Amino acid sequence: MIRLEDVSIWYHEQALPTLEHVDLTIGEGELVLLVGRTGAGKSTLLGTLNGLVPHFTGGHLQGRVTVAGVSTASRPPREFAHLVGMVGQDPLAGFVTDTVEEELAYGMEQLGVRPDVMRRRVEETLDLLGMSELRRRALRTLSGGQQQRVAIGSVLTMHPPVLVLDEPTSALDPTAAEEVLATLARLVQDLGTTVVVAEHRMERVIPFADLVISVDDGGRVRAGDPATMLRDTPIAPPIVELGRAVGWDPLPLSVRDARRVAGPLRERLATRVPGPVTGDPMSPPTTPASPVAALTAEGVVVRYGPKVAVRGVDLVLRPGHVLAMMGRNGSGKSSLLWALQGSGPRQGGRVTVQGQDPKALSSKAARALVGLVPQTASDLLYLETVAAECESGDAESGAAPGSCRDLLDSLAPDIDSGQHPRDLSEGQRLALVLAVQLTAAPAVLLLDEPTRGLDYTAKRVFGRVLRRLADEGRAVVVATHDVEFVAGVADEALVMAEGEIVSQGSTRDVLGGSPAFAPQVAKILGEQWLTVTQVTAVLEADRQEVVS
Amino acid sequence: MSRRARSRTSFLPRDLHPAAWWVWALGMATAASRTTNPWLLGVVIAVVCYVVVARRSDSPWARSFRLYLYLGLIIVGMRCLFRVVFGGGEGSTILLHLPQIPLPAWAAGIRLLGDVSAESVLGGFYDGLRLATMVICLGAANALANPKRLLRSMPSALYEVGTAVIVALSVFPQLAESVQRVHRARRLRGHVATGRRALRSVIIPVLEDALDRSLQLASSMDSRGYGRAGTASPRSRATTGTFMVLGLVGVCVGIYGTLDGTTPRILAGPMLLVGVLLALCGFVLAGRRVERSRYRPDRWHLPEILTATTGVAVAAMVGGVTGDTTALDPSLTDLSLPLLAWGPLLAVLVGILPAWLTPPPASPFVGLEDEPEPSGGAPESSGIPESSGTASGDPIGARR
Repeated sequence: MIRLEDVSIWYHEQALPTLEHVDLTIGEGELVLLVGRTGAGKSTLLGTLNGLVPHFTGGHLQGRVTVAGVSTASRPPREFAHLVGMVGQDPLAGFVTDTVEEELAYGMEQLGVRPDVMRRRVEETLDLLGMSELRRRALRTLSGGQQQRVAIGSVLTMHPPVLVLDEPTSALDPTAAEEVLATLARLVQDLGTTVVVAEHRMERVIPFADLVISVDDGGRVRAGDPATMLRDTPIAPPIVELGRAVGWDPLPLSVRDARRVAGPLRERLATRVPGPVTGDPMSPPTTPASPVAALTAEGVVVRYGPKVAVRGVDLVLRPGHVLAMMGRNGSGKSSLLWALQGSGPRQGGRVTVQGQDPKALSSKAARALVGLVPQTASDLLYLETVAAECESGDAESGAAPGSCRDLLDSLAPDIDSGQHPRDLSEGQRLALVLAVQLTAAPAVLLLDEPTRGLDYTAKRVFGRVLRRLADEGRAVVVATHDVEFVAGVADEALVMAEGEIVSQGSTRDVLGGSPAFAPQVAKILGEQWLTVTQVTAVLEADRQEVVS
Repeated sequence: MSRRARSRTSFLPRDLHPAAWWVWALGMATAASRTTNPWLLGVVIAVVCYVVVARRSDSPWARSFRLYLYLGLIIVGMRCLFRVVFGGGEGSTILLHLPQIPLPAWAAGIRLLGDVSAESVLGGFYDGLRLATMVICLGAANALANPKRLLRSMPSALYEVGTAVIVALSVFPQLAESVQRVHRARRLRGHVATGRRALRSVIIPVLEDALDRSLQLASSMDSRGYGRAGTASPRSRATTGTFMVLGLVGVCVGIYGTLDGTTPRILAGPMLLVGVLLALCGFVLAGRRVERSRYRPDRWHLPEILTATTGVAVAAMVGGVTGDTTALDPSLTDLSLPLLAWGPLLAVLVGILPAWLTPPPASPFVGLEDEPEPSGGAPESSGIPESSGTASGDPIGARR
């Protein structure tokens, strides 16, 4: 169906090719999973499949890409609309019309499909994706998962034999991501569409995948069947890491498979007490929370007109603790964070930090008490170079010149001062924003979905940074959808729904027993085991005992 | 479907063709433009309001109608104020003696303050009311017809332009959103500075965001086939262009002629007709080379035709009143209560018919209410959940 023959791609002004000598053959009806670090060239590879690379993005393509026998060099991307359906990361940015039905029909209108056929296909697609009740709704009013399904539907109506998705779930909460991935699985099973998907939450796709393509650093590409490929890819879901650590063979790829082979391990661990959830297993267990609260909130209410975003929330943040805030999109997490910081609206309740209410203070004084990194962290950056941002950060906080840069170096070393913030990787940009906010030396640090767009490796690095910040005596709050990240970092967790806290407690209590929030290791080994590190620590201790 | 059945289904709840509402509203506006009689104008406003309330949907653009009413009030107020400030001396009934402010010689012909006569204020009021009524009529069209649907039902020759306008319209709320977001984020960095630096810290992230979005949109449209096909020789393009431009000129002149009662009649109706015909030729020529189809296009059914006809009829009947025009334009020289003639009143009242002759609008939330099931309850709703139970449960509660 798809053939890439000796494909190399260079972008302008870059010394090294983004992709080098790629040879791939993808058969009809296969589900192909693309893995690799952020920025490794996954999107570029996907873009070549309908000619967006290089026709739209620029750059130089050497070699030959053919889809259903048609070479992408011969025609512009629009002539591939009936062959390849492209779905991007941010569905809202790609919508052309404003209601669901019109969006589904848009592509067919361009192809000149007959009106009666169009009508039928729209109905079929609505049913296939289970959204017939949304047909007349405005696209902007839909939830993230629904929007992404509409985006998938809008290319499916053209009946393309190939569907290409670039990280379709990166902006979605776990439940919405499930919806989208379940839809994909259904397409592969029922319609026999060839699906090529780049996806960080690979654990949900791997069981269906026929082929895994790994884009490695330096533009090298390897392909193979999932079990063999995942044995040594640098990026792997916890389930695979557990399998590797324990030495299971063949490597189980789904929770179901893993549970079936995990019997002996479960027995072995039954009598053992898991180590601390967070941080290094070698470091001493987390110090007990200090009795002094870093931030106290009582009965916080946030409302936008008739809509209540936060409904009387009480919260105490302790120094040295990382608190994870979870809950589906729109459950009030962001509103609560903004209200705690003092910049956002707050209609009721009290917030006290060091005896002061940040809302009553000037924005400059408030950020010295509570620092917030918003969802789109890049909103905070507006200068041309990293150095300029750091200088401006020092000036804003009244800190000694160079303190922001020092902080940045401790968070993410080796960032070139002359670089434009936009050219940094996702993780580096986050570090820069974090450094700018930390320059004001706040005792409380709030982060709104910082893990968006970070791959497994970057997340691990970032987790360590958060841990260190907390160990230095700050209270840290992270709002996130990423269960595995929470399992590895947080001391406490809380779940919000409809503006209220519905569960709160230690990470183990909140995550372990919940069907939606349990990390993979807990699903395999039982609710007291949350991370692979905990398991390996115990196994390592056993081995030491045997040796001695 | 038989003709009879179709005429029956066309009255079921649905959105009327937007052009029908526009024709109706323009008809009402034309009628309003021919009179300064406050009673008659009041009736026009009442009729328009009634129809809007009866037939608007609960979409955001429908809620904007109130703004047009406020705008109308402002127009009337301004018109009267202007008469007071800039010379309202014509007439014998002086209401107010204000000191006149002397102006230098180069400003001859302009008067500031001075005596204010009832006649001139009344003239301002009539004039303002007429303009306000026309504005309210246009507001009604805006509230009743989804502006985007109107763009969608443009002839296929204008398809590309229509898409561009639709995209531009949806960019606005997004832009406002990102300005708000960045502005909030600025406070997180403790920005207290104002002036150029502050402006820069808002504009740069917003522009970056907008640029990113538009690139994403462009790539999405490109990979979904926007601008496929459509090959035209330069010659055929020139022909269509000529037809279009001439047609537009004709239409403009024609509309001016129709609205301004003092221009020669030959420039009104006939010119309008010629212009429309020329433009139609252009559209047909341009549309012929477009290989594109349209999903569920709005069609003209009986209610659409009735609505448009009432609009045209109102305009024709009010415009067609000849002879004694005092009923339409009450005298300003001798102050008396204006009279209301039966003819124009009945003509305007015809405009209320669409409130009953059109289908009610459809709700955007279809299928959310429970439909009565013909058979018993769904058997699969009880028992074990269908999913394999790894991570699909929702501990918090039902989503809806």
